[in-house]
Amino acid sequence: MFGYLRAYILIGVAAAGGGEVAGWDEGLMVTFAFITQSLLAGTGAFGEQELAERIRSGDVVVDLYRPVDVQLWWLASWSGRSAYTFGSRGIPPMLLGAVVFDLRVPPDAATWIVFALSVVLASGIGFAIRFAANLVAFWLLDSRGVDQLVTLVLTFFGGLLVPIVLFPPWLEAVARLLPFAAMAQVPAEVFLGLHPGRGALTALATQLAWFVALLALGRVMLGAATRKVVIQGG
Amino acid sequence: MASTDQPAIVADHLEKTFAVRHRAGRLRRHRIEVRAVDGVSFRVDPGEMVGYLGPNGAGKSTTIKMLTGILTPSGGSLATLGLDPTRHRTELAQRIGVVFGQRTQLWWDLPLADSFELLHHVYRTDRRRHEENLGSFVELLDMSSFMLTPVRQLSLGQRMRGELTAALLHDPALVVLDEPTIGLDIVSKLAVREFLVNLNRERGTTVLLTTHDLDDVEHLCQRMMIIDHGRVIHDGGVAEFKSTYGTHRTVVVDLVDAAPPLDVLGTMVTRVDGPRQRLRFDRSTTTAAQVIAGIVEEAAISDLSIEDLVRQVYDAGG
Repeated sequence: MFGYLRAYILIGVAAAGGGEVAGWDEGLMVTFAFITQSLLAGTGAFGEQELAERIRSGDVVVDLYRPVDVQLWWLASWSGRSAYTFGSRGIPPMLLGAVVFDLRVPPDAATWIVFALSVVLASGIGFAIRFAANLVAFWLLDSRGVDQLVTLVLTFFGGLLVPIVLFPPWLEAVARLLPFAAMAQVPAEVFLGLHPGRGALTALATQLAWFVALLALGRVMLGAATRKVVIQGG
Repeated sequence: MASTDQPAIVADHLEKTFAVRHRAGRLRRHRIEVRAVDGVSFRVDPGEMVGYLGPNGAGKSTTIKMLTGILTPSGGSLATLGLDPTRHRTELAQRIGVVFGQRTQLWWDLPLADSFELLHHVYRTDRRRHEENLGSFVELLDMSSFMLTPVRQLSLGQRMRGELTAALLHDPALVVLDEPTIGLDIVSKLAVREFLVNLNRERGTTVLLTTHDLDDVEHLCQRMMIIDHGRVIHDGGVAEFKSTYGTHRTVVVDLVDAAPPLDVLGTMVTRVDGPRQRLRFDRSTTTAAQVIAGIVEEAAISDLSIEDLVRQVYDAGG
């Protein structure tokens, strides 16, 4: 439903710009609306509080008692859920969109492959951000606000509201420097064929860099948390 | 691997302090240090079953978290199965089993059978050994009827049997049980106890148990440690404990009618409830026979329960 809403808004934007804004025509805008809609759930754009909840209740000790790395443990569980979510909540919006609109689908297998990799990385970045945001619960007894803040910033800077190409140039530049664009805007652009040739590799490399950097941040936070913070309750 | 004569746990002047902030104005906070564990030293040998007791907030859970590497000690030294727990938490997790009476390590939405299968992969246990263990635990704990029920639908007693199995499938050398019988009915409680005794006897598994159920300690442990205000105030055999602290006995006298407190040599009336009076005496100076002889009416002698004794010790420590 929101896909349609966003599609029509973007059509309006394109029409107001004389059929094209920032080099994006109506077809691009509409496809963008639906592809980002498909990416929402799988990248955790709706928020994720399970770990924070376990920290709050103290159940996180059980996770710490397992002979596995806590971050990788949660990454594994995220990956499984994300893969399922992409199937169940990612494909339907695209199909629904295709019923009414002429969506612009990648013409060649190479783009599809790059897109698939880009989505995997987007989901990984989504995990890394939420993991770090959830860990804040070790310091603040209630981290729901942090999670909502992440969701808000992500929605705006990730291009989930409008494509960041519609921002003023300086704001778009800021958005490109943040990891959120790598979660939605970038995979959508890959899908739309806006990163042809070596550009695709650059896009993937940027995503990978964010993924690794944010994982490292989560790891540092986890280390600090387990070293000094009280685990709630007996 | 650890040699068999290596101690399971060695704690030496173990300390843990927490900083607690108190509000002291609109923005100012007072920082107060709380010593949750204050210089605790003990040693647990392989194959021992030790009861670790103390009132709520005495420092039991904090000690356990340090032993298992979840919390870093503020001072003193600690070795669990020969390892420094905080530095080798993950490695240690492979060799210990932990059961929390109030938490679950099972997956709420999965049946027990699936949880156990997952644990087989998490701990990378040998397939044959896993099947063997699982088979024997299912039989000993009588779990076959609910192996396929999702965990959230299990009764507490059923779930606790699942928890024990989950903690033991990887053949841990040390099991730490935090209030494993809390909230259990008598049948499940007995099943859990019998299972633990069996485990300790058959496999030589070291067991450290915290509980408020002193019956557990009496039935399971040869040794008990009592901690209060962060210090160990008793460490020794359970039988020895009873004789050390149990020098006082109470005689309960049911008189035919209410009467003023009885005056019997060597005793003191501690309570009068209508016709019932409680006379306390010191076993080391006065014998029960003397007391009874001093009472003309019919008298019943009740042995102090271990629960009362422990309360006395808590009172004395507090």
